[in-house]
Amino acid sequence: MLSTESFKKIDQELEKYPVDQKQSAVMAALRIAQQEKDWLSDETIEAVANYLGMPPIAVFEVASFYNMYDLQAPGRYKLTVCTNLPCALSGGAVAGKYLKQKLGIEYNQTTADGQFTLKEGECMGACGDAPVMLVNNHRMCCKMTEAQIDQLLVELGK
Amino acid sequence: MLEIEIDGKKVKVPDGGTVMDAANKAGTYIPHFCYHKKLSIAASCRMCLVEVEKVPKPLPACATPVTNGMKVFTHSEKSVKAQKGVMEFLLINHPLDCPICDQGGECQLQDLAVGYGGSASRYAEEKRVVVNKNLGPLISTDMTRCIHCTRCVRFGQEIAGIMELGVANRGERSEIMTFVDRTVDSELSGNAIDLCPVGALTSKPFRFSARTWEMSRRRSISPHDSLGSNLVVQIKHDRVKRVLPLENESLNECWLSDKDRFSYEALNSEDRLTRPMVKQGGQWIETDWQTALEYAAKALKGVIGEHGAAAIGALVSPHTTLEEQYLSQVLIRGLGSDNVDFRLRQSDFSADETRVGIPSLGMPVAEINELDRVLVIGSFLRKDHPLLAQRLRQAAKRGCQINLIGHSADDQLMKLQANLAVAPSLLVGELAALAVAIAEQKNLAVDASIAALASEVSAEIKAVATSLISGESRAVFIGNAVVQHPAFASVWFIAQTIADLTEARLGFFGEAAGSVGGYAAKAIPQTGLNAAAMLQSSLKAYLLVGVEPALDFADSVAAKAALEKAETVVALTAFRSAVDAVADVMLPIAPFAETSGTFVNCEGSAQSFHAVVKPQGETRPAWKVLRVLGNILELDGFAFESSEAVRDEALSGGLASALSNRIGSVTLAKGRTNNGVERIADVPIYFADPLVRRASSLQKTRDARAPGMRVNASMIQRLGLEAGGRARVSANGVMAELNVELDAGVPDNCVRIAAGHPQTQALGPMFGNLAVERI
Amino acid sequence: MSDKAYLLTGLNGDKTWGLADYIKRGGYEALKKILREQITPDAIIAELKKSALRGRGGAGFPTGLKWSFMPRQFPGAKYVCCNSDEGEPGTFKDRDLLRFNPHIVIEGMIIAGYAMGCERGYNYIHGEIFEIYERFEAALAEAREAGLLGKNILGSNFSFELFAHHGYGAYICGEETALLESIEGKKGQPRFKPPFPASYGLYGKPTTINNTETFASVPYIILNGGEAFLNLGKPNNGGTKLFSVSGHVERPGNYEVPLGTPFPELLEMAGGVRGGRKLKAVIPGGSSAPVLPASIIMDSTLDYDCIAKAGSMLGSGAVIVMDESTCMVKALERLSFFYHEESCGQCTPCREGTGWLYRVIHRIEHGQGRQEDIDLLDSVSENIMGRTICALGDAAAMPVKSFIKHFRDEFQYHIDNKRCLVPLELQREGSKIYVG
Repeated sequence: MLSTESFKKIDQELEKYPVDQKQSAVMAALRIAQQEKDWLSDETIEAVANYLGMPPIAVFEVASFYNMYDLQAPGRYKLTVCTNLPCALSGGAVAGKYLKQKLGIEYNQTTADGQFTLKEGECMGACGDAPVMLVNNHRMCCKMTEAQIDQLLVELGK
Repeated sequence: MLEIEIDGKKVKVPDGGTVMDAANKAGTYIPHFCYHKKLSIAASCRMCLVEVEKVPKPLPACATPVTNGMKVFTHSEKSVKAQKGVMEFLLINHPLDCPICDQGGECQLQDLAVGYGGSASRYAEEKRVVVNKNLGPLISTDMTRCIHCTRCVRFGQEIAGIMELGVANRGERSEIMTFVDRTVDSELSGNAIDLCPVGALTSKPFRFSARTWEMSRRRSISPHDSLGSNLVVQIKHDRVKRVLPLENESLNECWLSDKDRFSYEALNSEDRLTRPMVKQGGQWIETDWQTALEYAAKALKGVIGEHGAAAIGALVSPHTTLEEQYLSQVLIRGLGSDNVDFRLRQSDFSADETRVGIPSLGMPVAEINELDRVLVIGSFLRKDHPLLAQRLRQAAKRGCQINLIGHSADDQLMKLQANLAVAPSLLVGELAALAVAIAEQKNLAVDASIAALASEVSAEIKAVATSLISGESRAVFIGNAVVQHPAFASVWFIAQTIADLTEARLGFFGEAAGSVGGYAAKAIPQTGLNAAAMLQSSLKAYLLVGVEPALDFADSVAAKAALEKAETVVALTAFRSAVDAVADVMLPIAPFAETSGTFVNCEGSAQSFHAVVKPQGETRPAWKVLRVLGNILELDGFAFESSEAVRDEALSGGLASALSNRIGSVTLAKGRTNNGVERIADVPIYFADPLVRRASSLQKTRDARAPGMRVNASMIQRLGLEAGGRARVSANGVMAELNVELDAGVPDNCVRIAAGHPQTQALGPMFGNLAVERI
Repeated sequence: MSDKAYLLTGLNGDKTWGLADYIKRGGYEALKKILREQITPDAIIAELKKSALRGRGGAGFPTGLKWSFMPRQFPGAKYVCCNSDEGEPGTFKDRDLLRFNPHIVIEGMIIAGYAMGCERGYNYIHGEIFEIYERFEAALAEAREAGLLGKNILGSNFSFELFAHHGYGAYICGEETALLESIEGKKGQPRFKPPFPASYGLYGKPTTINNTETFASVPYIILNGGEAFLNLGKPNNGGTKLFSVSGHVERPGNYEVPLGTPFPELLEMAGGVRGGRKLKAVIPGGSSAPVLPASIIMDSTLDYDCIAKAGSMLGSGAVIVMDESTCMVKALERLSFFYHEESCGQCTPCREGTGWLYRVIHRIEHGQGRQEDIDLLDSVSENIMGRTICALGDAAAMPVKSFIKHFRDEFQYHIDNKRCLVPLELQREGSKIYVG
């Protein structure tokens, strides 16, 4: 179950849509649920489904279609590096490689201490600021040189 | 109308028609997978791409609206190139495991690959593998074969009314699944098997048991609900291997309920009685037909000689054919008795005094889809009438306002204007209130006797009234629970009043495949005893035709007691365990697949069918058994050569003219004021008749779970129960222990305990009071 | 920045996005003018047509014409939607607009609502720029507070509600009907057209969808007239446009220049090719646009017509610059992976074909190419193009076809020699982390 706080936030999202279109709030609801629980378990998905009056499989379709939803528990910090072409031309892929080396993991892996999960991302719409990475989906870090990656890891490591 | 040219052939289609519609009309086949005439258009398989004049890209025929003067070339180089391109994409990740695939020989992909596929693959990469899913006891999966047409998903959303299957993930990793490996529980689920154009979804009961080309196909009619779904029965080595729908747009369309589709498994059940048996010294002994029939005849004659003809009676299953019902009553009347009835779950027979004719749907089944306003009284709609419910679902989608007033507010998986649950003892009062509310809103007078019974008009009832007085095409339907209700005649009369006030048609859904046929066959008493009275009067001899006494009656306890007390019980049965506890002689009769006969469905269509396989063992068609029994008893009127002759005689008075849902005046019964706990008894879909009770795969479904006691939250509190706990329920000194299930749809003062199941059989009457205590 | 710029002028980074600063820059004057002078919807649409404003999201469809498709007399709800689901590799202009000047988009959408008789709008914002979504929400709150949104805007009898909806990681939602599906709470799977959104859009109601930058261009047109806007650019290509320049340049970023600006000028604004290396190729309109070799692009001007004539598309104005250090097989491999990853999976050619393309290119890049592979790639691309529900199929196929067309030798070299034509040392130099 989700917290009252989360349900309150979902209610605010529901206000954006016509009353007979509660399903419209599912993306926000899943995002809110994920912010609370760190990832979307089957129970969480069903809780969202029940709240919005949707078939659970319809919510699961959405949760599994959009790739910022985590259907498995990530580490405490999920780092998503864009390695798409425009970013790669300015070191996006190299930054990803540097992170792999620093964390001792490959893409889609989590460090043994559960602190970091590394993901390869697709275009984030910030190619001019390459290398770009997201921390836990919502915080975008731009122009990430090796020194700045080091600094970020130190900051998150705290 | 728009004119279009398909491969040079001119066709006219209505505005809004698609190229696919036009092609169908022109008799031109355009290859396709995702398109299905009954489902919404996905336009995603791309197999139906065709060249359209003046359009640079090929267009999907299924989704392209016709414009006037459009020219389409379905076999041009451009079209075929596009179609072949799509076929290549469909095949690159398909396992091509046709030799071990159940769909082999009836696979759309296989068929079209012959015409559009290459002889070798250009795809040199590793093929995709998709994990299979467990969708329950009915549908088997081989998900690697899936071509993502989404027909099964759309079927759930649009036809079954519930989205159980979905497409998870995206791109190449898309896969059809249920949420967290849940089973598909819809009562219409098997249709997804038919819809799947490949071997991804196949029938689990049928799996690996035959190849399509090894089987012969024969037509039949479903013996279960009142719709009379048309069947294609597939046979190998004189055994029924599979049942599929025979398309009949005016009845089942291209669908079947799971009950119609999978009940055939019971035909081969271990419980089949395949030789006549007589009980001697408490032991069942197999015997030959001659001995058994003579034994039966002698026993019946003996009772008549000693106690008079009025001491015998016939109880006939409503799932028997018109011919079986007819010969049963001819036999019993030939013996001098008028005690015959097929209405086993009915408890109030007073309507017989003033009813005008044979109750039926009162309209063609297909017209249900056209209705604007509907009132359904006392029906567990989806489970009682899966495909009638499906039609109402389509009507609701069109904007039809559907109002339900019954004993439980179950989820009918369709948009409902009202879904009111009232205790059985309050039904008459609430309906009377509805009649009053309608009269008030329409400024009409209402029968004073109805007004006198009316409960206070609630806001909900007022809203139902408002709904029913609008719209163009209206109907009031009476469900099975009303026919079983202790105040059936009163409810009928008030329903008729409501229909009259709203200028709506009145109809009966009908409980079983033989519910209209039973009346037509006159398998009801004229002066004699009805089903309930026969049990109450403790006759000396009973003739049971297709009946399972413990589970088929309105009051299973009374049935058991009466049959145990009788001197002789002659049972014609397909299943041994159905009667072996009470019968003295068991005559093995053929279930629907092994006999010819006729079912008259709810709309009054008499649908005759032939046997599709030979009767098992010594089994014989019941109409023949009754004929021979009549001969042995030296009765007149048993010189029939064929079941058709029986049918023709049974229907000689004309059927259509005999149908009427009118009822004359009735002494209205309000029903007892009731302070105790009332029972509501549904008849679960897979416990409704002897055949389906023995269908092994259906018995593994969710709908076949042993019934518990369903109560709402306030009743749980009032009775001191605990949801998920156990309760002891007692009626007339008999007790049963049941699980307590929370169900907000059950009205106050009521507990819902299903009938038709061994676990609840001891509780007796389907209606009435119960004592409940926590264990 | 060109002196004609109006989208991103007078801004001071992150500090001036708010309502007060926008008003100081003359913000909401266009809206006020409309309400004050009671300019009719027809007059607004006529002005837009005169301006030759073309959709900035990629397709370049004339905006005035699109707005005129909305059924005027339709009873009931109609919607206006903004497509800020910017995820086409190379494109990052809408992010800057929403980040630094969100109210210009809001004003444009309010005017659109007024012109098309819509009472409700949604801005669909790319999930990955969540902070920008939050900023847009903040800007909406300011606008509501100031009576610029909601019932009876600025005391008029015009009412308009605007809401933000975020994506959450699906490129396909940038396709307008996928975007609508996504707002409806479903998977972002494009719809087959017809029916078009103007007759059957959000919740089945008439809907117009425009790109962020398109809406942002509207206030200028209202205030200065369609002709003034047209004159910013060139005939049939009105206005200035934001070009997102990424890749091998000294100063990647957004540049607002008039349409028709010669490419070398834009390249120079972006500081020229990085490290003084030689220009090899440019993708001029986002990753889906066909690649153009240096020789062709250097002779082109940046407008819809000229780029089309050169064999590509101006698209979203995302200019991906690749210098001589780029291995074209590797570049295409990454793009093909992207389309394979982002295919929604709905229709057969794209679902099955994008993976096939990627795997073959991957094989070639990794020294396992076969002689027939180049033709196979071309043929598979042909079988995808024009056969899918939405443009993603074409978007996946066009890079493949154009890379092969212009750089076939490089692919052939890979197959023959099982290694890159471009020396690895040079490639490493070109893909180093570079922060302009």
